Amino acid sequence: MKKLNFHIVKREPMVWYKSVLVRAAAIVAALLVSAVVITLLTGKNPLQIYASMISGAFGSSLRIWSLLQNIAILLCISLAVTPAFKMKFWNCGAEGQVLISGLATTAVMMFLGDSLPYPVLLLVMLAASVLAGVVWAVIPAFFKAMWNTNETLFTLMMNYVAIQFVAFFLKYFVKSGSGVLAPMPEHGLPVLAGQSYLLNIIIVAVLTLIVYIYLKKTKHGYEISVVGESENTAKYIGINVRKVVVRTLVVSGALCGIAGLLLVGGTNHTISTTTVDGRGFTAIMVSWLGKFNPVYMVLTSFLIVFLQRGAGQVSTDFRLPSAISDIVTGIILFFIIGCEFFLQYKILSAKNRKEND
Amino acid sequence: MLAFLVSSIRLGMAFLFGSTGETITEKSGHLNLGIPGVMCVGASCGCFAEYLYLSAAGPDANYFLAVFIPIIATMLGGAVMGLIFSFLTVTLRANQNVTGLALTTFGVGVSDYMIAETGAVYSKGSRFFTSSFPFAEDLGWFGELFLSHGILIYLAIIIALVSSFVLTKTRVGLNLRSVGENPATADAAGINVSRYRYAATCIGCAIAGLGGLSFIMDYLNGNWEYCIDAIGWLAIALVIFTVWKPSIAIIGSIIFGALYIASSYITGVSFASKEIFKMLPYVVTIVVLVFTSIRNKRDNQPPQSLGLSYFREER
Repeated sequence: MKKLNFHIVKREPMVWYKSVLVRAAAIVAALLVSAVVITLLTGKNPLQIYASMISGAFGSSLRIWSLLQNIAILLCISLAVTPAFKMKFWNCGAEGQVLISGLATTAVMMFLGDSLPYPVLLLVMLAASVLAGVVWAVIPAFFKAMWNTNETLFTLMMNYVAIQFVAFFLKYFVKSGSGVLAPMPEHGLPVLAGQSYLLNIIIVAVLTLIVYIYLKKTKHGYEISVVGESENTAKYIGINVRKVVVRTLVVSGALCGIAGLLLVGGTNHTISTTTVDGRGFTAIMVSWLGKFNPVYMVLTSFLIVFLQRGAGQVSTDFRLPSAISDIVTGIILFFIIGCEFFLQYKILSAKNRKEND
Repeated sequence: MLAFLVSSIRLGMAFLFGSTGETITEKSGHLNLGIPGVMCVGASCGCFAEYLYLSAAGPDANYFLAVFIPIIATMLGGAVMGLIFSFLTVTLRANQNVTGLALTTFGVGVSDYMIAETGAVYSKGSRFFTSSFPFAEDLGWFGELFLSHGILIYLAIIIALVSSFVLTKTRVGLNLRSVGENPATADAAGINVSRYRYAATCIGCAIAGLGGLSFIMDYLNGNWEYCIDAIGWLAIALVIFTVWKPSIAIIGSIIFGALYIASSYITGVSFASKEIFKMLPYVVTIVVLVFTSIRNKRDNQPPQSLGLSYFREER
């Protein structure tokens, strides 16, 4: 084999400001590449495009509220997948778990909305949506715990089953046959201080704190990280791995349930097959890029939502297909994913290596 | 009934390309969740190449070039996506699930852009892909079922058979499988793990890209109006359904095709219940997944280190 003239070693954890610099450099590089791509595709000046992105995200108070709302929902779903991921349970099914909870919320709003008193209705909505999320998450967890069934593929399939359930529901219960359910804001979550998204944002802020404490300071959180690091170690020190897997997915599913409630009860007041809109997958990236730390995840979800809202504005301002936003998001993700390498490893040339040895 | 079978085959082959490509990739230990994106990009490149060729050649477009230029463009597009995936996961040691999902986001963006900019203008090119043996019509049902298809259908079957042979009967296939099962041992035996993973992923993605081309040019007759990522996820499902064997996937893909379109051929079922029927391919996959894991037969398991990156220093 060819003799390598360089050598890769794991580095000590970086000082925080250096790691911020590396990530910032990656984002700048990504923006440069995106600029080239945008210019090639459209012939527009990339600087104008970035200005339009910023105005799309922060341009008016309405846009800022909408930005915060989108961050809240994405963050909530990311919080939901994080405990599972920390355990190395690759839950790719948040999309379906949120959607099925949304469906449960919708059903309660539709059938019980007029008959129950409002406070009771809210409780029933919460219970139904959490239950639906839990059921959808625990089915794959149970098979994983008992027979080690591949959870990535199982949860992926569950997404599509959930989508078809929603499609069925819409065709069966919407009397007009249009498959579009009219919004029911009268049965939605309460509106605080005249801002329809404020409650969502507060709930998610509280959840972020709770999940942070759950993962960092409790026995459950500790067991999750041990199982994630090494299942054998977990067994050896007397952790019941099967129990931890199922219990963690109950937590994960319940959080997805809350996300579904916020999305349907607090935002759209209706449901469609695209209500979750890929956030279940984006959440996986938010969680991973945030190193499974709820506080960092606030930043990563901000970054991704900013890119998406900004790119949406670009497509309206310049009459471009909205798909541009997905292309740019994809490129930026490649760079952020790639830059993690430079945070964890360093490359030594063969000469340096001798000195180091 | 005959029309149903023919449609199942035409749709199934799009799945077959995807699942053959993903099987090769997974055999090397890479779980590439970017297949939907790869198919989107492959289809975009192929369609765009076809468009360029047909507008350059005008009325004298010949069959051979009109078919092979898009096929090659598609495979190149797919391979570039595979290269991005391998570079991030092998060289930069990134997480495979996350990289795959980013690939899908990117690919869906590229294809949506293509749809928005060009729309369903590929019916002219599609004619080249759906034209088949001239004598097929004279042979009745036999001709329609086996000989009436376009070139991509036969290509899918040939690729699946060749991959199956290479994976099970050759030294290269054995090495590849050992990389997917236990990379540390493979490395110790002198197999270049990185090189195998790069090659398997790029070849797999090139093949999977053809699935996108086949779906648009053959099954949809060039009327590309919606994103094809669902086809990609089903192709990943098909890999499990056929327990990582491309030869079984030939039949499996036709079954999947049949399940996918069954709802529009079944009569006497309400409009709403058809949505329940569309669940079938996914539910069947889940059942197979559970069944194979409970039975725990060694031949039917996923590659042992599927989804795990291999770093020599961290053995």
